[in-house]
Amino acid sequence: MTTRFIGKPLKRKEDPRLIQGLSHYVDDLNLAGMHYAAFLRSPYAHANIRSVDLSKARRASGVVLALSGTDIDGAIQPVPCAAQIPDMKSGARPVLARDRVRFVGESVAVLVASDRYAARDALDLIEVDYEPLTPIVNPEKAIAKGAAPLHAGQKDNVAFKWELEGGDLKAAFKAADKVIKQRIVNQRVIPVPIETRGVLADYQPGEGQLTVWSSTQIPHLLRTQIASMLNFPETLVHVVAPEVGGGFGTKLNVYPEEAIVAYLAIQLGKPVKWSESRRENFQATIHGRDQIDDLEVAIKRDGTILGLRCRVIADLGAYYQLLTPLIPTLTGLMMTGCYKIPAARMEITGVFTNKMATDAYRGAGRPEATYLIERVMDLVAAELKKGPVEVRRKNFPQPKDFPYATPTGLIYDSGDYQKALDMALKVADYKKLRQEQAKLRKEERYMGIGISTYVEICGMGPSSAMPAGGWESATVRVEPTGRVSVMTGSSPHGQGQETTFAQMGADVLGIDPSQVQVVHGDTSVVPYGIGTFGSRATAVGGTAVYKSLQKVKEKLARIAAHIVGSDPERMVFANRKIFAKQSPKKSVAFGQAVSAAYVAKTLPAEMEPGLEATTFFEPTNFTYPFGTHICVVEIDAETGDVKLVRYVAVDDCGNVINPLLVEGQVQGGIVQSVGQALFEEAVYDEQGQLITGELMDYALPRASDMCWIEAARTVTPTPVNPLGVKGVGEAGTIAATPALAGAVADALAPFGVHHVDMPFKREKIWQVMSKNRRRVQ
Amino acid sequence: MSKRKHDISRRQFLEGSGAVLVAATAGPKLSAQLSSSIQPETGGATREVPSTAIRLVVNGTEHRLEVEDRWTLAEVLRDHLGLTGTKIGCNRGECGACTVLLDGKPVYSCSNLAVWADGREVRTVEGLAHGDQLDPLQRAFVEHDGPQCGFCTSGQLMSARGLLTRNPHPTAREVRAAMTGNICRCSNYNRYVEAVLAASSTRDAKTSDRGAGRSTAPGRRGAKASARAGGA
Repeated sequence: MTTRFIGKPLKRKEDPRLIQGLSHYVDDLNLAGMHYAAFLRSPYAHANIRSVDLSKARRASGVVLALSGTDIDGAIQPVPCAAQIPDMKSGARPVLARDRVRFVGESVAVLVASDRYAARDALDLIEVDYEPLTPIVNPEKAIAKGAAPLHAGQKDNVAFKWELEGGDLKAAFKAADKVIKQRIVNQRVIPVPIETRGVLADYQPGEGQLTVWSSTQIPHLLRTQIASMLNFPETLVHVVAPEVGGGFGTKLNVYPEEAIVAYLAIQLGKPVKWSESRRENFQATIHGRDQIDDLEVAIKRDGTILGLRCRVIADLGAYYQLLTPLIPTLTGLMMTGCYKIPAARMEITGVFTNKMATDAYRGAGRPEATYLIERVMDLVAAELKKGPVEVRRKNFPQPKDFPYATPTGLIYDSGDYQKALDMALKVADYKKLRQEQAKLRKEERYMGIGISTYVEICGMGPSSAMPAGGWESATVRVEPTGRVSVMTGSSPHGQGQETTFAQMGADVLGIDPSQVQVVHGDTSVVPYGIGTFGSRATAVGGTAVYKSLQKVKEKLARIAAHIVGSDPERMVFANRKIFAKQSPKKSVAFGQAVSAAYVAKTLPAEMEPGLEATTFFEPTNFTYPFGTHICVVEIDAETGDVKLVRYVAVDDCGNVINPLLVEGQVQGGIVQSVGQALFEEAVYDEQGQLITGELMDYALPRASDMCWIEAARTVTPTPVNPLGVKGVGEAGTIAATPALAGAVADALAPFGVHHVDMPFKREKIWQVMSKNRRRVQ
Repeated sequence: MSKRKHDISRRQFLEGSGAVLVAATAGPKLSAQLSSSIQPETGGATREVPSTAIRLVVNGTEHRLEVEDRWTLAEVLRDHLGLTGTKIGCNRGECGACTVLLDGKPVYSCSNLAVWADGREVRTVEGLAHGDQLDPLQRAFVEHDGPQCGFCTSGQLMSARGLLTRNPHPTAREVRAAMTGNICRCSNYNRYVEAVLAASSTRDAKTSDRGAGRSTAPGRRGAKASARAGGA
């Protein structure tokens, strides 16, 4: 195959509609007779519900239906959780609270009205009699002796315990020259896609057809879950994910509103729409991270790391969402990062608190792992008075060590960590940076250089390691006109699969990308698929596309060879022609061969008509992209302000389909991670109120906060799939927080400080500088 | 590099991205918008809601509307004029997705009542192109791979248009400042800034201040890449 398009920075096919405001997100869709749903949410973090009085709301102008948790009891099953951990306790979230509310923002009632204003106004007429209970906000207090359990029938607030150990940890600590201990906190953050969630449901009673448009990353899984939650025939549920305005993991989930709005449409026989408000998005769409890690590291004087032990408290919030318990376990799997650490152990305690659930937020457990291990490397370097580069290099596995088995049971597919590090050092001109730092320190200016050498787990994944299937589907159909439809189960929400998969289609079939239409998100059109998350769309979804393309190509080769009288094995596809390699005059137009498949008069004997192929691709392993990020900050000694000065990113995600899009993913991931490092923090007060509940209180990075990002790549293909692609959607988010943290700690080194917890807000940094007198000149 | 080529039609430009159909159907529809009169929906309910007759010029087309006083400009554009390119991301003036030009100046349409816009001129993303010609900003956004999920894109475009209209030669720092009211959670800010600089008349955006001061990053990487793609 000649690659005219794969590997090239093609402009996105998605963009024309986006730059003209012509694309349709859920809230842009309107149906005749559409009504609007609104949810009444608990203002209390923890309370018993004595009664819900809907009578006034039901009489309100425009209101057609109002329901409490009692009204729908038994009609809609709780929110599903796909993750299973041995002995985990029940934390199922009812779609509407009935007896008790457990976080601020939990829904207690829903109503439907003829317009948005009527719906919102009527919410104020619902009277709920709450009996406030003491909220449990701090996860350590939640599992302390005597803490009242959140969930009835449970003895405490421990949702689950999970352990993982590999290697001889005892021996490692016995052989250690030193043991370093540190507590690090990976704070709770809020994903905030700019398109909030939204659901539109329509029910046609005659046909019995339920159609649900939802802003989701997983239309097929949602379809199955809506059918299960409503006990409705799955065959009659049609889910569409239209244009989706960002997910970052939040829409890799099933929410009460999706089932309830569908239920309301069925009950009313009218289309019902619900658009999440920004406040609701903060309170009641999943949060991310929230881990307290207590680490112990066994090291040799030369910087060799012998063993790593980590106790994690994972604050899960009040209930499980789809993958809640699974997320911290990914931290465990990746805890040794890109280092040869022979022994490791992680003990996770999942804890219920009166907060919104945590779940998969861009990176999902791996940013936590990378943050943890990269902080370890910096702490080791500081302890031994060695450079952060030296300590990292000392513990890297060599390229010959791949596939590399970690003590946590993973097999890293391929890697050359030195190469990426070397390139980053060169791009950054690291030596010069250190010289500049020394000079500035003499002037009492605090510049810090942070390094993050990361490996992540992508291309999720083999089904054996996934809660609900790790394969992906794709159907390729060459239409009678010669246009190609690619139906992918990886429903994108900004990643650009319409472009990358078209590039693949064009190269395999020797046509132009404009002839390839990528179709996604519609369960009636696309074969059952898993979805877009875990940097899997290209590695798994793309491979399914590639394999289906190959199948169609083989059939076309046989048809073309039959027409020109040649060997199918020797047929070449290029420039909309199919011809024999040795004698190019034996050629048919692409369209002619396609047409033959449908007209079906000149097909080889025993060949079925039609030109369509489906693949369900099951990968044999995850993929493990890696890289080195270097970040330079300068801290203002007067204000504690951390200014991002430079950012160098060298990423290796294997082969690349479209470098323009890969770099876009890296850029975005880094900035999102800068947000967590510098600004973002979900803060619940003692009463369990989310006091960072809107964009004025929850600071996100903005254009003016960023410096340019100097991006480069190394290419180490994966053997896991035929494309050699690894995935890149989360790389920036995984790599950047430790680079920032390292830079801040490095800047504060003259103050004898080696670790500060994120976010690095001015006040915090200023206090650190004030409390610790400058020790080193 | 084609950033100043106004002679490329929208259709020609988009063909490169395989969206001929969109362009072909969208163009005539927009220009065919006629003056219309819209009554507020009562939704079948009898409620006393104060309303006011207003005159709006939206993307060059005059509309006479009876609007409820509580309606925001964003609502009128989206729900009553069918211009859903203007997005609502927070509905409280915090994210910038709803940015439109009001008499040429970028405003949050979610935080402006429609009655305040009486007699004024509104430009939305649907009216950014000049007939068949995309605005240079729209072209630059594609060339520099600005949009990812696309939800903030309309607002980013309108803020950028407002900036370039009042300052055709912005520095990178000025672009960052002007776009700071538009949140992009895909966080592709640098690409947006590159695109605005490319669409501007700033002579050498590469060496204009670049936010970081010390960076040697090739800010036009996206542009070069796209130029290659165009030839492929």
